[in-house]
Amino acid sequence: MAVELKSWKELPVGGVIPGGATPELNKTGSWRAKRPVWNAEKCIHCLQCWLHCPDDSFFLKAQKITGIDYDHCKGCGVCAAICPVGAIEMVPERGGGR
Amino acid sequence: MRKVMTGHKAVAEAMRQIEPDVVAVYPITPQSEIAEYYAEYVHNGIVKTELIPVESEHSAMSACVGASAAGARVITATASQGLALMVEVLYIAAGLRLPIVMALANRSLSAPINIHCDHSDAYLARDSGAIQIFAESAQEAYDYMIIAQKLAENARVRLPVIVNLDGFTLTHSSQVVETLPDEAVKDFVGEYDPPYPLLDVDKPVTWGAFAMPDYYFELKRAQQAGMEAAPEAFLEIQKAYSELCGRPYKGFFEAYKLDDAERVIVVMGSTAGTAKAVVDELRAKGERVGLLKVWLWRPFPRAEIAEALAGAKAVAVMDRAISFGNLGALYLDVVSGFAGRPGPTFVNYIYGLGGRDIPMEHIAQVFEGLKDAETGELRYLGLRE
Repeated sequence: MAVELKSWKELPVGGVIPGGATPELNKTGSWRAKRPVWNAEKCIHCLQCWLHCPDDSFFLKAQKITGIDYDHCKGCGVCAAICPVGAIEMVPERGGGR
Repeated sequence: MRKVMTGHKAVAEAMRQIEPDVVAVYPITPQSEIAEYYAEYVHNGIVKTELIPVESEHSAMSACVGASAAGARVITATASQGLALMVEVLYIAAGLRLPIVMALANRSLSAPINIHCDHSDAYLARDSGAIQIFAESAQEAYDYMIIAQKLAENARVRLPVIVNLDGFTLTHSSQVVETLPDEAVKDFVGEYDPPYPLLDVDKPVTWGAFAMPDYYFELKRAQQAGMEAAPEAFLEIQKAYSELCGRPYKGFFEAYKLDDAERVIVVMGSTAGTAKAVVDELRAKGERVGLLKVWLWRPFPRAEIAEALAGAKAVAVMDRAISFGNLGALYLDVVSGFAGRPGPTFVNYIYGLGGRDIPMEHIAQVFEGLKDAETGELRYLGLRE
């Protein structure tokens, strides 16, 4: 996506970004070395992954996990480590490893 | 009202009248009494300020940044090592364009440890992005604290402002200070109207965001624009304040018997008072000497100062701190106004480090020394060779 960069004269004072939750606009998924793969069969919807995810990258609908936001997940692996039933597996990106 | 008070009390009085929302301070000699006076005002219910007694100066400036981003009017005070500890966060305050006002009771930096006056603390913060003003007297410290509040919050400026007053010489000595009525100060500084208060949940904003190479440069250039707007705002506010208080503040510096002066001293802070007395003595003997006392050091009004010095034959720029490895910072500032064109002979004097006394004879030696001087010379005043 081509982004039009602003001149210094157009920036809000002090580098403030108007609007909340602006990290959503910045897609950081490409930083990921390993991808969490969620197994819907094994998941017991305890929401520990959703609670611990530092990037708020678990999709949730009616108290149930529905998937992972790969646009923002940086692949830290906290979800896989916290999952009590092994429903999340960390898989290397770009076919490395296995 | 005319009263006898110390520089501490003069600053604390200005703060009481401004009555900021938040004061975050940590004690350090020779600043502590400013905080102590203010704590007493808070304790006695004279002001409604939230006083945050933090655990270090790093925390003091951090609390100031948080409170200022939240939309509060904020003042702090420090000195020497305290400023050194604050500097990391002071750069952030400037980068975030937070109008925090600071009284800096100028004191040397360690090592060796020393509690007395020089300007090395102010010099440490020279490139921080904070505006810096130097006071000659307790009166000027009071007046410039009030001017600083309005300057910091000016919509075009929005930067931290440091008001420098010489440790002990000004902070601890009693002088006659004329204060304004409380209401006059409150009307003058007005209500603070922050553009992006963090606590305004109906208008959410992101503060302190990361900037990649594609935006960092632009944001720093925008910060420089705040500095560029400061001189004009300074003059406007100074003029309005001068009309209010009746004291004739005019310009970025005070020109004392400068018009026809051949030999001139440029200096900041309380030493200007001593230098004026020497100028008077030498003038009485028919010597054409004068003084330029810098009020606004950052942003530096190099064109205006160059214009004021253009007619002089020789100028001594006095730095109360060493910029190790080069000539003094004020010296280089003043000389920069003459870049690429002829000017007077400029000599640099380093003086008064660690509270070394500066008697009138030493100032007289400087004027005498200007009779035989070469540009670029670095001399040490009052030093045992």
